[in-house]
Amino acid sequence: MNQIKLFIGEMVKKWEFYLFLFFCLIVIFFSTVSPYFLDYFNLMNALFSFMERGIVALPVILVILSGEIDVSLASIIALSSMSMGLGAEAGAPVFVIILLGLITGIAAGFINGIIITRLDIPAIAVTIGTMSLFRGISNAVLGAEAITSYPAEFKWIGNATVGNTLIPLPFVVFVILASFVGVLLHKTKFGRSIFVIGNNRDVATFSGIRTRNIKLLVFMMTGLFCGIAAVFLTSRIASTRPNIAIGWELEIITSVVLGGIAITGGKGHIGGVLIAIFLLGYLKFGLGLLNVQGKIVIIFVGFLLILAIWLPERLRTYQESRKYRKVTTT
Amino acid sequence: MNNVMKKKRLGGFIRSREITLVFLIIFLVLVVSTRYGKFLSPDNIGDIVMDSSILIIMTIAQMGVILIGGIDLSIASNMALTSYLVAQLHVINPGLPASVLILSALFLGMIFGLFNGILVALGNIPPVIATLGTISIYRGLTYFISQGEWISAHQMTSEFKYITKTHFLGLPALIWYMTAVSLVFYIFYSHIRTGREFYSVGGNADAAGYVGVSLKKIQILAFSISGALAGLGGLFYISKYAIAQTDTALGYEFKTISACVIGGVSLSGGVGTIPGVILGALFIGIVNNALPVINLSPFYQMALLGAIILVAVIYNKLADDRNQKFISRKREF
Amino acid sequence: MNEHILELKKISKNFSGVQALLNVDFLLKRGEVHALIGENGAGKSTMVKILTGIYQPTAGEIVLNGEPVKMKNPRVSQSLGITAIHQEVSSFPDLTVTENIFMGHHLKKKNGLLDWKKMRLQVRNIIHSLGLNIPIDSQIKELSTAERHLVEIVKALSIEADIVIMDEPTSALSMQEVDELFAVIHKLKDDGKSIIFISHKLDELKEIADNFTVLRDGQFVGSGHMDITPVNDIIHMMVGREVNQLYPKQDVEIGEIILRVNGLSVDNVFSNISFDLARGEILGIYGLVGAGRSEVMRSIMGIDKLNTGEIVIDGQLCSIKDSRDAMNYGIGFVPEDRQQQGVAVDMSISANATLTILEKVSHGPFINHEEEYEFTDRICRKMAVKAAGWNKEVKSLSGGNQQKVVIAKWLALEPRILILDEPTKGIDVGTKSAVHRFMSELAGKGMAIIMVSSEIPEVLGMADNIIVMQEGIIVARYNRQDATSEKLVRAATGN
Repeated sequence: MNQIKLFIGEMVKKWEFYLFLFFCLIVIFFSTVSPYFLDYFNLMNALFSFMERGIVALPVILVILSGEIDVSLASIIALSSMSMGLGAEAGAPVFVIILLGLITGIAAGFINGIIITRLDIPAIAVTIGTMSLFRGISNAVLGAEAITSYPAEFKWIGNATVGNTLIPLPFVVFVILASFVGVLLHKTKFGRSIFVIGNNRDVATFSGIRTRNIKLLVFMMTGLFCGIAAVFLTSRIASTRPNIAIGWELEIITSVVLGGIAITGGKGHIGGVLIAIFLLGYLKFGLGLLNVQGKIVIIFVGFLLILAIWLPERLRTYQESRKYRKVTTT
Repeated sequence: MNNVMKKKRLGGFIRSREITLVFLIIFLVLVVSTRYGKFLSPDNIGDIVMDSSILIIMTIAQMGVILIGGIDLSIASNMALTSYLVAQLHVINPGLPASVLILSALFLGMIFGLFNGILVALGNIPPVIATLGTISIYRGLTYFISQGEWISAHQMTSEFKYITKTHFLGLPALIWYMTAVSLVFYIFYSHIRTGREFYSVGGNADAAGYVGVSLKKIQILAFSISGALAGLGGLFYISKYAIAQTDTALGYEFKTISACVIGGVSLSGGVGTIPGVILGALFIGIVNNALPVINLSPFYQMALLGAIILVAVIYNKLADDRNQKFISRKREF
Repeated sequence: MNEHILELKKISKNFSGVQALLNVDFLLKRGEVHALIGENGAGKSTMVKILTGIYQPTAGEIVLNGEPVKMKNPRVSQSLGITAIHQEVSSFPDLTVTENIFMGHHLKKKNGLLDWKKMRLQVRNIIHSLGLNIPIDSQIKELSTAERHLVEIVKALSIEADIVIMDEPTSALSMQEVDELFAVIHKLKDDGKSIIFISHKLDELKEIADNFTVLRDGQFVGSGHMDITPVNDIIHMMVGREVNQLYPKQDVEIGEIILRVNGLSVDNVFSNISFDLARGEILGIYGLVGAGRSEVMRSIMGIDKLNTGEIVIDGQLCSIKDSRDAMNYGIGFVPEDRQQQGVAVDMSISANATLTILEKVSHGPFINHEEEYEFTDRICRKMAVKAAGWNKEVKSLSGGNQQKVVIAKWLALEPRILILDEPTKGIDVGTKSAVHRFMSELAGKGMAIIMVSSEIPEVLGMADNIIVMQEGIIVARYNRQDATSEKLVRAATGN
């Protein structure tokens, strides 16, 4: 009994606990107000629409943990999609199309990373620039048109499910990638270095961690995962449009921050982000069932982002003031 | 005004950055007008200035926030939301004079800006995140209020549409408004104590605290100003284009940031001038206008803006580094 | 009217376990120049920060003009008539000299607009009365370090004050500028103002100060009249306890040379640094703050880039581009600022302890947490770190224990050469001697050690050889037998 009490005592201190609670509340709420929510088919289907964002959220965990930020995410997706569209129009085979998307993503991430790490320019400034540049290039190349001439095998990818289970392929890929990132972050030297860099950049530099190289890799990885997301997204909507994935950076960053990753870096666990991804995804799905427009759902996401940063800060100052009170009464 | 003061005024007004910009603009104009003779026609120049005027107001709005070391990503969404609300006001009561509409725009915009300011100053939320959140909140609210419907030209009275275009002393009203805003803020940032304190907060927030400057007060003020001006800019925008909708000024925040960066505002704070940002906004206005002329589709605009931001940011950093090496002579051996 | 304008009664200041000041008494007369003397870490800047409202004392009373006062922030302190020339320049690099001086209290005209004319006039007047020549319309970032210090002086004097605190004001001044500053100080005295003058340069103090107070280890040691007290007595008060007791350096057989540095320079920071280091040797590097010692060490460690010079280890010319390179050559570096550069305070003890040798507790890329814990346990026990558990965050430890973790982390690397920068700064006496004992043991096992220190007893007790640096160059070398406190202090202050 005591063991359980201790366990619960530890759990309630964790952010992930409350996040999970919130998730459960959402599930309860929506299943009560809509008969369509707890339907297996619907739930699986809904995954298609937010797994791509979930995939991009994974490397962004590393970005924010290391004390940086990247707002060019959606634009990298757009650029990757454009490359794939050009490939498709040129009649390239499917694997080449996919390769184009991935390589574009890595290249875009590299550009971000090299300017940030070698020229020592704040990530916010660089990624605001590339946010505009990358999507701008995509816009310029596409003009007003969308590219829709994708081969059938390609279009299959983003809509594929595993056998008869209705489990979407993107979900499977997400699980694989999430496991990879989770292990990378919490069990390897590389992951440990990221935590140190985010906690205290000087200690990292003084203790033999090659900070610049690690950050460059993180940005490149982000680009790659944007490319992967672009493959699934482009295939799912079977086209490349100028405003593809527009506004996605908000949701992606929100899911990372909501997941408990401190915006200043150095703290957090992937578990929280995983919960947050599904929380956000199913929240939007539920609101959609209630016929709440996408553009209004966005309002909630914005508030969640702000709340996700404001709440821990308030809690921290509250705990500090309690500590102070304790000292003066003894 | 004796000689000393004149020199100071001159010295403060004309710095190398602004001079470079002036030459850049002249160069740009010359290049384009060789290709397209009509570029320098009074009509076209008039167009350019009119187009740039709203951007100038919005860039001045953004400048204040960047000066103190922050950024306002929600500025365009504020424009959309406030302008829609004011347009609604106009539709409900078409008789309201322009002055009332302008004041409402300023007031409403300020409220939304104030919200940002409170998040940053009292909530301790980094400006990037706070304004990233409010982009969607404000756009979403615009959609919510409008239900996706536009307020179109025939719902607007001609007085409304002429808010920006009425001529006064030979120039369109918008140009006068722009000049007024520029003058007010030139004086604010150069000759008013609180305005100068913006620079201290952006330059070295700790040192500013030591000398008694209130960081929070300045933060709230900066965001309130950017909000108010966003409201004003939004009103002018919908009046000029005679339409109010959810997508008003989509992507406009990049224009303001580009204009600031070109104009010599440092994204880390503490550096920037009104003449600089006016020139920066003019530069972008000219580029915009020149795009169709040199056969670049307007679709290139976004890419160009992004490239400009990157180039300017890199240039600023390299110039800074060079200066540092040259100047910090700690020891002579 | 009270003879003393300022009185500190039993002032103490405690920073989460570290006692910076303890029961300090201080008296300042009207119209006197009072020297505040002490080694680095003696508590002088803490006292200044308390007087200028940046810190609040944890105990004790401040009495100003006979009335007890509380200075909650710098503004309050200024309004009470206290101004200070700080050692660190805290300014706005992109703003002009004039504006740096007036930020926070710009002068206004009747119509509310700023009165630049009046401000510039005032600044020019003060600069003129100081006999200086600073361009008032230049931006701070365009000025040299010396000029920036001068601006600090002007800033302090632009405020009407009865008490002027000057913290190492002459460190960046030429001889002539020092004379001009002293002339200003005399004038201030004539106007009835009191000056607290902090400096290491004892001959300067002899010239300008009337009385003095010596602090050591955060406590009041003694005070007296400047003219009648011999310099050696003052030095003795600064340095204090018998040198031999606390620092048990064993006599160790010194082996062959392992490290040779030759002609190391970083433009404008330090120049032509050359020395040798042998196995089993402890090399002490003494000097004042700002002499450039830490910068030299950081360059050897690859953290800062060298302009010229070579580093030769065991006869092999080394190419060191970052700290990992240095570590691969067998160099370890315990940095000066424990909290900023030594440990990541929000991470666990074990994460910190294994930072340099993660390979040893990993299989391939994967960290083995049991091995990590065991390893941490081993090395932390050896250093006698007191903690509730190795998974606890480093910030839960006392300063002394945190430093032990830093040292343990570097020892885990088993370096051939260990650099320690102010290894016992801000640490309790018990831990200090433990650290010193440890250093001796390491030297005994053949490790070559460089110890940067500002504490004379530590240097005299621990080092086999001593290098003194001043203003970026080596000004003196002594071995254990020849060195004395006086020689070190004189060399470091350029006497």
